Amino acid sequence: MNKIENINSAKIKERMAFSVLWIFTIMTVIFLVLIISHIIIKGLPHMSLSFLLEEPRKMGKAGGIFSVIISTFYIIILSVVFAAPIGIAASVYLTEYAKEGPVLSIIRFGTEALAGIPSIIYGLFGYSFFVVFLGLKYSILSGALTLTFMILPTIIRTSEEAIKAVPKSYREGSLALGATKLQTIRKIVIPSAMPGILTGLILGIGRVVGESAAVLYTAGSSLGVPDSIFRPGRTLSVHLFTLASEGLSMENTYATAVVLMALILIINFTANTLIRKIFITRRR
Amino acid sequence: MGNAKIIVKDTNLYYGDYHALKDISIDIYEKAVTALIGPSGCGKSTFLRCLNRMNDLIPNVKIMGEIQIAGVDLYEYDVILLRKKVGMVFQKPNPFPMSIYENVAYGPRIHGIKSKAVLDDIVEKSLREAALWDEVKDRLKYNALGLSGGQQQRLCIARTIAVEPEVLLMDEPTSALDPASTMKIEDLMENLKKQYTVIIVTHNMQQAGRISDYTAFFLNGEIIEYDRTEKLFYKPKDKRTEDYITGRFG
Amino acid sequence: MRFHERIVENIFLICAGIVVLGVAIISIFIFREGWTVISKTGIADFVFGKKWAPTQGIYGIFPMILGSIYVTLGALMIGVPIGVGCAIYLAEIASPRLSAIIKPGIELLAGIPSVIYGLYGMTVIVPIIRDLFNNQGFSILAGSIVLGIMILPTITNISMDSIEAVPKEYKEGSLALGSSHWQAIIKVILPAAKSGIISSIILGMGRAIGETMAVIMITGNSTLIPESILSPARTLTGNIGIEMGYASGEHQRALFATGIVLFIFIMILNLMTKLIPNKAGENIE
Repeated sequence: MNKIENINSAKIKERMAFSVLWIFTIMTVIFLVLIISHIIIKGLPHMSLSFLLEEPRKMGKAGGIFSVIISTFYIIILSVVFAAPIGIAASVYLTEYAKEGPVLSIIRFGTEALAGIPSIIYGLFGYSFFVVFLGLKYSILSGALTLTFMILPTIIRTSEEAIKAVPKSYREGSLALGATKLQTIRKIVIPSAMPGILTGLILGIGRVVGESAAVLYTAGSSLGVPDSIFRPGRTLSVHLFTLASEGLSMENTYATAVVLMALILIINFTANTLIRKIFITRRR
Repeated sequence: MGNAKIIVKDTNLYYGDYHALKDISIDIYEKAVTALIGPSGCGKSTFLRCLNRMNDLIPNVKIMGEIQIAGVDLYEYDVILLRKKVGMVFQKPNPFPMSIYENVAYGPRIHGIKSKAVLDDIVEKSLREAALWDEVKDRLKYNALGLSGGQQQRLCIARTIAVEPEVLLMDEPTSALDPASTMKIEDLMENLKKQYTVIIVTHNMQQAGRISDYTAFFLNGEIIEYDRTEKLFYKPKDKRTEDYITGRFG
Repeated sequence: MRFHERIVENIFLICAGIVVLGVAIISIFIFREGWTVISKTGIADFVFGKKWAPTQGIYGIFPMILGSIYVTLGALMIGVPIGVGCAIYLAEIASPRLSAIIKPGIELLAGIPSVIYGLYGMTVIVPIIRDLFNNQGFSILAGSIVLGIMILPTITNISMDSIEAVPKEYKEGSLALGSSHWQAIIKVILPAAKSGIISSIILGMGRAIGETMAVIMITGNSTLIPESILSPARTLTGNIGIEMGYASGEHQRALFATGIVLFIFIMILNLMTKLIPNKAGENIE
């Protein structure tokens, strides 16, 4: 009798607990839907081709966001150009060369520390080091160099995982044919790890696109189209921040937010597709 | 008996403190198939991996003794040249995730051959020698991972042959394959030994009996007995060899 | 040939070293710029000083330290139960199909830029609070809600990984003894996944303390000591983010000094993650 009561109360508890967990999960989904739909509903009506292709007027209060889009792409490309080779080379070193020991632990510590540093600290650092100390001024270059440090940990970690997942038999097969270690890395290991490495790069791009604090004080917030990497520029996120905090044109604020969201969605979708592709090839 | 291609004298190998190979001495003959048999963990694969220095990849391995290949000490070779001379086929087929053609051309390419015509020739010749040409000649550009297990293993043999080795090491090359594919590879060995010195590790006694000219029986890191295959199988000198073979063979 | 391989290996090493170099020069440049203000003001006066008046040369960041702590704790109160709960539901209870639909959504939530969260907080959450409590709306509460949602994906993803990494045998062992699924989760699975869940919370905390732009847009940024969760507040990050735009000279260095305090907060959190044993199931074996 007692036992059955126990079982019943356990069942009731379980049902209650599961309902609470279900509510939490649904809340997460609702947050996502609310935020995205809010941005789209408010922003989409103000979106148009001319908004994308027109230069901003009255400091962004009117006109479009053409120069902002150009600056964003400059910064994306430049940071990836810097961070990709360094990040991939570092992950190759960590997985293929480094032996357990102080060097490896120091580098691991460094990667974790970089990943944990808040973006505003990157902003301060980029300002005092690149903008002032190296005399690069507020420029696309200063911004991209700062972001390079920021996205290195993402790229290194993801590439490391991808390289570790390359079967040992591939390496042995290549070495047994008399290939050198470097030949094996270049022709077998990196090509096999490529989808994973690309995922890391895309996640890095996602961070660049979404970043504002670190960019504002390094790349500046000039609204002109930068004619070289030594000129300042304003990225989408910084533009959105500036418009929103000034509150002058909610139409343009939301329209910018839609463009930013769309870019992030595309980036996320690409990364997810790549990740899925990795799982499929691995299963064979 | 033929000429000794590989001479091993008093070789010992340690993994850290573990004594994995004990006083190994053996002459391996040219243009013949030598089988290494024995229970799991007896050291036969470890020994095989000494011969192309694949054990160098494992940390904490210590090797002592003398190994000569074609009259030259193993450690006098540049390790790259050694691995070119001493090819290896692994237990599980391990084609690279690229096309059939690229798999075979990989070795010659890394050793500096660039001419398309020469590479084409090498690919065709190697695939023919590995008895795979007729099955794949129309789909050389296809991904090698799409081949069956048996075809993959023959591709790996072709890939190894393509760098023109003198010695072929085979580490249980058929253990992951179905009987039909195993048959094909065994037939292939008959031809391979005309040109190469073949050393094969196998768990399958019947296979060792069928294809090898010489057999070495390993137990606990030692070579217990080494002789012509028919002698070792039918008139073993050592009681331990007899115990191992009886019940597994014939 | 070998020589060339050696060189390349060293190039790889240098690239890996850039990461360490990065941490070093970031620390050096933040400390170099900020330290003079801290030493001039005195550590105690700087950290516990209640007044921030850069134009008068008075630099006390206690209100901002409190602001950061309040907003972060508030975010944890919202983010931890929902995030861990969602992780348990997706890893243990939901059908694989439902998980497969929701997981990418959570990834997406993680990818949304902080300025978008800020915009949402500013235009939706703040007005709701304003109407409910009849105040200005920009407040610790608003900041906590938005940051709580922002750190959800960090907590959910990492907790979910560690719950999924718990060996199946543990759960089966518990069920075989006649426990309910919920009892197995509470008594066996969660304790085994404890270290991963705690790291997820610490990482979420790091994200909340470090967030700048979204916070500036919604907490009101007053430099007074906050009285309740409905008061406006300024965080350490907000202090830097707002004033960097126009500060110069000693005032600017005081912002770097604020950065030093933030930096130390983050490093302490990093050390905390180091102290947790990081293998799932370690505690049970």
